[in-house]
Amino acid sequence: MLAVTTFALLVVMAMAMVRGFAGPTIFDRVLAANLFGTKTVLLIAVLGFLFGRPEFLDIALIYALMNFISVIALLRYFEHTQKAEKGSSTHE
Amino acid sequence: MSNLLEVLSGILLLTGSGLIFTGTLGVLRFPDIYSRMHAAGVTETLATTLLLSGLMLLAGWSLVLLKLIMILLFILFTSPTASHALAKAVWRHQQHETLREESHDA
Repeated sequence: MLAVTTFALLVVMAMAMVRGFAGPTIFDRVLAANLFGTKTVLLIAVLGFLFGRPEFLDIALIYALMNFISVIALLRYFEHTQKAEKGSSTHE
Repeated sequence: MSNLLEVLSGILLLTGSGLIFTGTLGVLRFPDIYSRMHAAGVTETLATTLLLSGLMLLAGWSLVLLKLIMILLFILFTSPTASHALAKAVWRHQQHETLREESHDA
């Protein structure tokens, strides 16, 4: 059963990457990155159970922390460049 | 007793993986960013709860169960916040777009 879940998670991560590459706007890519990160957390947890290694769950927890921080940082960065563009457009 | 837990966790894991598949299919096929965010939200909260509770049944009463609960709580707190931040950024971006078009037309 864990192998089926692992396979489903890998397929889902591939689909999230397809959305990441195809995504027209930047925010589709941020959404794909967030989705990919959450699925990685689940993949690490399931693999931890599959290989019988309970330590993987600490890695999954830390990865969940990092994923959240990176999404917020990405959005904050794009918000910053918005202001720079807006600043320059008003100078025209 | 133990194979009942096995069967129950198998059911939870199966429904969880089915849900993430349909949710991510929605992320691929929906037309605009907001509906894609809804589809991604479904996978992040509901399917994660199902998958992790399926693993919890496998783990039984141990430290692993506590770690799984921690992961589940953390994801349930942060993924809506991230989706909200993303939605706000998209909305801001669209506001700037309309502002810029108006400033060019005027």
